[in-house]
Amino acid sequence: MPIDAPGAGAPSETLLRVSNLKKHFPIRGGLFGQPAVAVKAIDDISFDIGRGEVVGLVGESGSGKTTVGRTILRLTEPTSGQILFDGQDIAALTPQQMRAQRKRMQIVFQDPDASLNPRETIRQAIGRALRLHNIGTRGEREGRIVDLLEQVGLSGDYIDRYPHEFSGGQRQRIGIARALAVEPEFIVADEPVSALDVSVQAQVINLMEDLTQRLNLTMLFIAHDLAVVEHISNRVIVMYLGKIMEIAPSSTLYAAPRHPYTRALMSAVPRPDPTFKRQRVLLQGDIPSPINPPSGCVFRSRCPVAGPECAGNVPALEQIGEGHFSACIKNHEFA
Amino acid sequence: MVDISPSLAPPRARRPLGQAVARFRRHRMAMGGLVFLVAMGLIVVFAPFFLPYTYDGQDFNFIGSPGAMSAQHWLGTDELGRDALTRLVYGGRVSLGVGLLGAVISTVLGTAIGAVSGFYRGLVDIVLMRFTDVMLSIPTLPLVLLLSTFFRPSPVLLIGIVGGLIWMGTARLVRAQFLALREREYVEAARALGAGGARLMFRHILPNAVGPISVAATLAVGTSIMMESGLSFLGFGILPPVPTWGNLLNAASAWLGIAPWLAIPPGLCIFCTVLAVNFVGEGLRDALEPRL
Repeated sequence: MPIDAPGAGAPSETLLRVSNLKKHFPIRGGLFGQPAVAVKAIDDISFDIGRGEVVGLVGESGSGKTTVGRTILRLTEPTSGQILFDGQDIAALTPQQMRAQRKRMQIVFQDPDASLNPRETIRQAIGRALRLHNIGTRGEREGRIVDLLEQVGLSGDYIDRYPHEFSGGQRQRIGIARALAVEPEFIVADEPVSALDVSVQAQVINLMEDLTQRLNLTMLFIAHDLAVVEHISNRVIVMYLGKIMEIAPSSTLYAAPRHPYTRALMSAVPRPDPTFKRQRVLLQGDIPSPINPPSGCVFRSRCPVAGPECAGNVPALEQIGEGHFSACIKNHEFA
Repeated sequence: MVDISPSLAPPRARRPLGQAVARFRRHRMAMGGLVFLVAMGLIVVFAPFFLPYTYDGQDFNFIGSPGAMSAQHWLGTDELGRDALTRLVYGGRVSLGVGLLGAVISTVLGTAIGAVSGFYRGLVDIVLMRFTDVMLSIPTLPLVLLLSTFFRPSPVLLIGIVGGLIWMGTARLVRAQFLALREREYVEAARALGAGGARLMFRHILPNAVGPISVAATLAVGTSIMMESGLSFLGFGILPPVPTWGNLLNAASAWLGIAPWLAIPPGLCIFCTVLAVNFVGEGLRDALEPRL
C-alpha cells in the first residue's frame, strides 16, 4: 500500500456514485420557527467509488466529511442529490427497502467508547446484528461471533464480556467485527483511529487494510490526518467547508498536491525525518462559519494565494491529470 | 492472524451494577433511609396481624374525647374510642400503598411520554411537551377540588390522580435522556444495522436511562405520599373511617390542644418516611450517576 491501481481515477465498476449531494441543516428562528438560515454541511458534492476501492476523505473539523459518510448510509437524510449504491438510489428507498440494503453497507465509528452499548455483552451486540438480518440459526451464531472476533484479532473467549472490560483499541476491533457481521460490501470508516493511541492506530489500520483486501471490501475512509489516509487509500478526496477541493490518486496527491488547501494540509503532516526541510504553509484563523460561507471560492478567506478574482465564481472541479481534479481558478499558475 | 493470547486477557472488571451497589452502601444517609423504609414496610404489612384491635373497633370506655396513652392503648384512642396505634399502622398501609402505586403510575406515564417525545422529536415532541407544560401549570388543589365534586374519592381514583399529577418532572428528565442518548454512536450503529424505532428505544436507549429514571421514581414516591396525605388531610382523599396518615392528622387537628399524642405520630410518620425516601433517592443518584 498504497496500491496504485491502474486507472485509479476511473474505476472499472462503480459501486457508489454520489451526485450533487447537499445536506443543509436549517436553523429555525423567528416567531413561528420558520427556517431562517441553514448550515450547509455538504454543499453540492459529487464523486464515485469503484468496487474494491478504498477512498480517503480528509478535511478539517467542520468540513462536512462525517456528514457525507452518514448521509451515504442514510443515517442523515440528504437535502437533495442522488446517492446511487450499486445502481439504486439510496435516498429514494422506502424504510423497508432501506433495511434490506443496510446489510450491504456498514459503518465503523470514531469513538470506541460510545459505539458499543455499555449494557450489552459482545455476544448480544454482534448477535443482534446477525438476528436483525436473519443470518444463521441460533446455534450457528455463536460460532460466527467467535469467528468474527478472531478475524479482528480478539480471542473468542471474550464473547460474554462487556465493553468496559476492553481497551480502546480492542473496542474498536469489536466495532469493526460488528460492522463485518452482516458481510457488507461497503464500509464507511468514520475516523476509526482518531481516538486511539498512535501505536494502537497502526494496529487497527493494518487490520482494516488486511480485512479490506481479504474480504474485497469497498471503503470510504474518513480522517483528518493525511498520514493515516495515505497509508490505506487508493484515492483521496479533500473537503473544505462542505465542498470538494481536490480529488487525486493517493500517490499523486502526496507527491504533487495541487490545491492550495491540500498543500497547507500536507505541510502540516509530520515527517519522521530530521533533515526534511518543510515549506510550512500556515493557515490563519479558523474554518469560516458554514452558515455564511465566503462568496466564490469558500477557501479564499484563508488561502495564501487568493486574489480578488476568487470572490467571483465558485470554482468547479477541473481535471488536471490522470484521475486528478482540483477546484481552484489558479490551478495552472501553481502547477 | 493476530491472536491475543488468553493470558493477556483484561482482568474481569466489576459490572457497573456492582459498582453502583458498592457506592450506595457507602452512602450512610441512604442506607439509613433504606433501613427505615424496609422496617416501615414490614411493620405496615405484618403488624396488623398482631394487633389486638381493628382499625374501626371502638373501646366504649374512651368515647367522646381522646383517650390518653396507656398500657392498653399505647398511643391513646381517638374521640370515638378507636386505638390510635392500630389506626396509624393501617393508615400507613394506605399511605405507603398509594405513595408507591402513585409513583409507579407517574413513572410509567412520565417515561412513556418523555421517551416518545425525545426519540421522535419534531412535532410529536412539541405537542407532548406543551401538554406537559400545561399539566405543570395547572394548580393541583383547585383541580382536585373540582374532581372530588364529580367523583367519590376511592383509593384507586386517588392513585390515578396522584400519578397523573406528578409525572411531568419524570417526562422532562426522560426526554432529555432520550435526546442525548439517541445520538450516541451505539444507537446509530443499531440504526445502521436496520433496527427499528421500538427496538432502538427499548433495547438501546431505555436501559441506559435506567439510572436517572429510578432516581426520579424514588423521589416520586415521596412526592406522592405527600400529595396523598395533603389531599386526605383536606378531606379530598381517602375518607374516614378508612385511616390514612393524612386524614388521621386531620382528625387529630381538632384535639391538638388537649391531645397532641394523636397528631404527632402520623405527622412524624409522614415526615420521616418522605425524608427517608428522599435520602434513598439521593443515594441512588450518587450511586448511579457518579459524575453529577
